[in-house]
Amino acid sequence: MNRRTLLASAAAAALLALLPGVRAVAQTAAPIPEGEKLKVGFIYVGPVGDGGWSYQHDLGRQAIEAEYGDRIETTFIESVPEGADAERALTQLALAGNKLIFATSFGFMDSVINTAAKFPDVKFEHATGYKRADNVATYDARFYEGRAVIGTIAGRMTKSNKIGYIGSFPIPEVVQGINSSFIHARKVNPDVEMKVVWAYSWFDPAKEADAAAALIAEGVDVILQHTDSTAPLAKAQEAGVIGFGQASDMANFKPTPRVSSIIDNWAPYYIKRVGEVLDGTWTSHGVWLGIGDGEVEIGEITDAVPAEIKAEAEALQAKIASKEYHPFTGPLKKQDGSDWLAEGAVATDEELSGMNFFVEGITAQIPK
Amino acid sequence: MILDLTTLLLLVSAATPILFAALGEAIVERAGVLNLGVEGLMIVGALAGFAAAHATGSTAAGFVTAAVAGAALAMIFAALTQMLLTNQVATGLALTLFGLGLTAMFGKPYEGIKAPAMPGGPLGVNWMIWLGLALVPLAWLFLNRTRSGLILRGVGENHDAAHALGYKVRAVRVAAIAAGGALAGLGGAYISIAIVLQWTEGMTAGAGWIALAIVVFAGWNPWGVLAGAWLFGGVTVLQLRLQAAGVAVPVQLLSMAPYLATIIVLVLISARQKYARGGGGAAPGSLGRTFHALR
Repeated sequence: MNRRTLLASAAAAALLALLPGVRAVAQTAAPIPEGEKLKVGFIYVGPVGDGGWSYQHDLGRQAIEAEYGDRIETTFIESVPEGADAERALTQLALAGNKLIFATSFGFMDSVINTAAKFPDVKFEHATGYKRADNVATYDARFYEGRAVIGTIAGRMTKSNKIGYIGSFPIPEVVQGINSSFIHARKVNPDVEMKVVWAYSWFDPAKEADAAAALIAEGVDVILQHTDSTAPLAKAQEAGVIGFGQASDMANFKPTPRVSSIIDNWAPYYIKRVGEVLDGTWTSHGVWLGIGDGEVEIGEITDAVPAEIKAEAEALQAKIASKEYHPFTGPLKKQDGSDWLAEGAVATDEELSGMNFFVEGITAQIPK
Repeated sequence: MILDLTTLLLLVSAATPILFAALGEAIVERAGVLNLGVEGLMIVGALAGFAAAHATGSTAAGFVTAAVAGAALAMIFAALTQMLLTNQVATGLALTLFGLGLTAMFGKPYEGIKAPAMPGGPLGVNWMIWLGLALVPLAWLFLNRTRSGLILRGVGENHDAAHALGYKVRAVRVAAIAAGGALAGLGGAYISIAIVLQWTEGMTAGAGWIALAIVVFAGWNPWGVLAGAWLFGGVTVLQLRLQAAGVAVPVQLLSMAPYLATIIVLVLISARQKYARGGGGAAPGSLGRTFHALR
């Protein structure tokens, strides 16, 4: 051991000793006493200023600060790449004494599981994943419910009968959204076609803008996106076509090109879970909340949409909220023509969370 | 149908930011300085250009401001590496982190605002694209057919020899770094003003690193830089257009292609150096080395 490593380890040991309760708190679910702060950490896949996905998670973080005030302290690390670097960021948060850590992107899944195994007394919450452990809970939103509503608007609003979809990665969460919006666009407009472009990124404004331009060049006049920046909306505005806010309201683009939006409202869930850690009742679970639970919201439908289309979309939203209607209700066939859901049957959550096929009528292929 | 004028326009437009940044970096590296801060210079140019264009309503004012801001930030790098003799690799990386953080802080008020419209130019191509294309032969002429270009290359190949001949190594390098910073700033502003049409934190998303790879791919030659920028831009745009047209394309393979090409070019360069000493296309001899005049 040379002098430098000796100094570094001494400093690390001193730091550990200074942090309250790094080793003192056992795996028990004891309530956090008054006067002791709960440290809550977040990692985001994009910058908090993306105006979409990560921005919305950060609003959730601000909401728990407002709710619990002095009892908690929050930290976040933004623009964390999915992959090995995520494990470093999570470990850093755990070592800094955070007892509850929210990892807010699908691609953080394995990093969360690995880190959680090393820190059994830290509780992890992973968004949109499916791997759980005693100290790893997952939470997800039924984005496809919102997609059904904006798909309806898209099907009604298109004049060229071509709607475009900018996908991020071909994972179930995104495939559900493409299928749901296509099914509902077709329902109101049997001539509608859907063009799909994969950006292979959650956040790359220049590429998202180029993807929108490529779709517009193909004659698309309504653009849906499952990427995090507002670049496609700016491109839509330039070309005079319409689009929708994604993850956040993106209200700056009202009344057009942004004619409506899907808003992820994470605040109620975050407030509930932090409260459970504070009073010692937190347990691991996997939840999937939708429009009816207030986690998925539909942003204001602007006047650019005719009143009867707006009413139709809102009626669908109400039926989904009351669980009277499920966006994946049979008869539905898979893209290859094979049967999927019989008349009146609805897709199970297991089927949806592993969805790796397009429904009949979509001509694009899912990249293998 | 896919290889039509629209695709060509999209391609040239997508290539323009990396063309500007890589041309600037090629000049800097020809002077023997390795500036890894291109990404930071670009993002500062993107914000400064957008802010100025928004404030004045003129995209021209935006681009001028971006060039000035890029050059100004590059001067920090120049002061550290040329006057205080810091390590160029570490300083360049720090410059990138600094640029990203600085713009994240000062960019907040500009989020969600739209850029003023770019005026069209000849043949429906905006004048920044024309400027980028014009800079390629100009940079080549400067480097290879002017006395100043010869001095710049001399400083980059062997700074001790250049110093012994009485050339001001430090002054030449500072000037090259400023020019490189201005060009990177222009490239960044093209992303915010002409492609994405708005400011978003972290919006350059790695374009600066691609520009660095292109300089190597190009063999430090402006024409090679143009080819590299079009290869990257072309692959990006073409795969998006093919996807939009419903053609199943191996996106991963296509996205990989420019990087593979860079590695192949590197192998070719080193082979050429091994078998034919002094062949063209090799890295400048003093690249990345700190210059300290002893006499």
